[in-house]
Amino acid sequence: MRTAVIVFPGTNCEHDVVHALRSLGGDAELVWHRATDLSDFDGVILPGGFAHGDYLRTGAIARFSPVMAEVGRMADEGAPVLGICNGFQVLCEAGMLPGALIANRDLAFICRFVDVEVTDTSTILTRNAALGQRIRIPLNSYEGNWVDPGFGARVALTYLDNPNGSQGSAAAVSNAEGNVVGVMPHPERASDELLGSSDGLVLLESFLQSLVPA
Amino acid sequence: MRVTVEITRRPEIADPEGTNIMRALTDLGHPHIESVRVDRIIHLDVTGDDPDHVKLQVEEMCRQLLANPVLEDFRVEVSE
Repeated sequence: MRTAVIVFPGTNCEHDVVHALRSLGGDAELVWHRATDLSDFDGVILPGGFAHGDYLRTGAIARFSPVMAEVGRMADEGAPVLGICNGFQVLCEAGMLPGALIANRDLAFICRFVDVEVTDTSTILTRNAALGQRIRIPLNSYEGNWVDPGFGARVALTYLDNPNGSQGSAAAVSNAEGNVVGVMPHPERASDELLGSSDGLVLLESFLQSLVPA
Repeated sequence: MRVTVEITRRPEIADPEGTNIMRALTDLGHPHIESVRVDRIIHLDVTGDDPDHVKLQVEEMCRQLLANPVLEDFRVEVSE
């Protein structure tokens, strides 16, 4: 089973994601954003970075990249679709996740480990974790402050100290079906003890185990 | 035709940039500010003869890309 790791102009976490997935035995390939056919893949990850320079709003232009029609099709068919950091912003702009991401409450770019707690274990990001489990993974964002005027989202992870002002302290948000998830901190950057934490592995394992043949 | 698009964040959505600017202005000795909001203005030059048609086109652009309906409202003004 294969995962497409999408590369937009300005994406910069794609190799970290591929490396982390392969270290868990996953089959992951980089896919350029102009691709129009993902039928060889069983799941998708939109990695972090600054897609299309984050111009206008984060994710606003990336959502119109050609590959996004296929990402939408796979999401509709129930395949796991995970957006990490900038990928989370793209999924919100595309309307595949509720809400939007705005500048951090204190206007600081936050780059440090944060502690999050698992609040929903029926998503593709958290199915292998335990409810209430605490996980330490790095946050690396300026627009990480999630707002949802509809108050209708499923929150899969919450920050213990809510560093960015996110509504409901949400660090990861899911669609109603649990197969499309956006996470603001980076599980792939906590995928080996050499990196200071391997807490992110349980999240990436959840994603890999959610893959079913297309 | 010159088109001006004003994109404003909805009042119920927090504006951290505006809040922080207000704090700085207050620190600078301007204590009477009640609120600061930072919005965005986009200028477009559009080919066309009919201002109403141009306005409709640009409003469609706002719904598609220029504004995020979760966060923002928009206003389009066409001048000759």
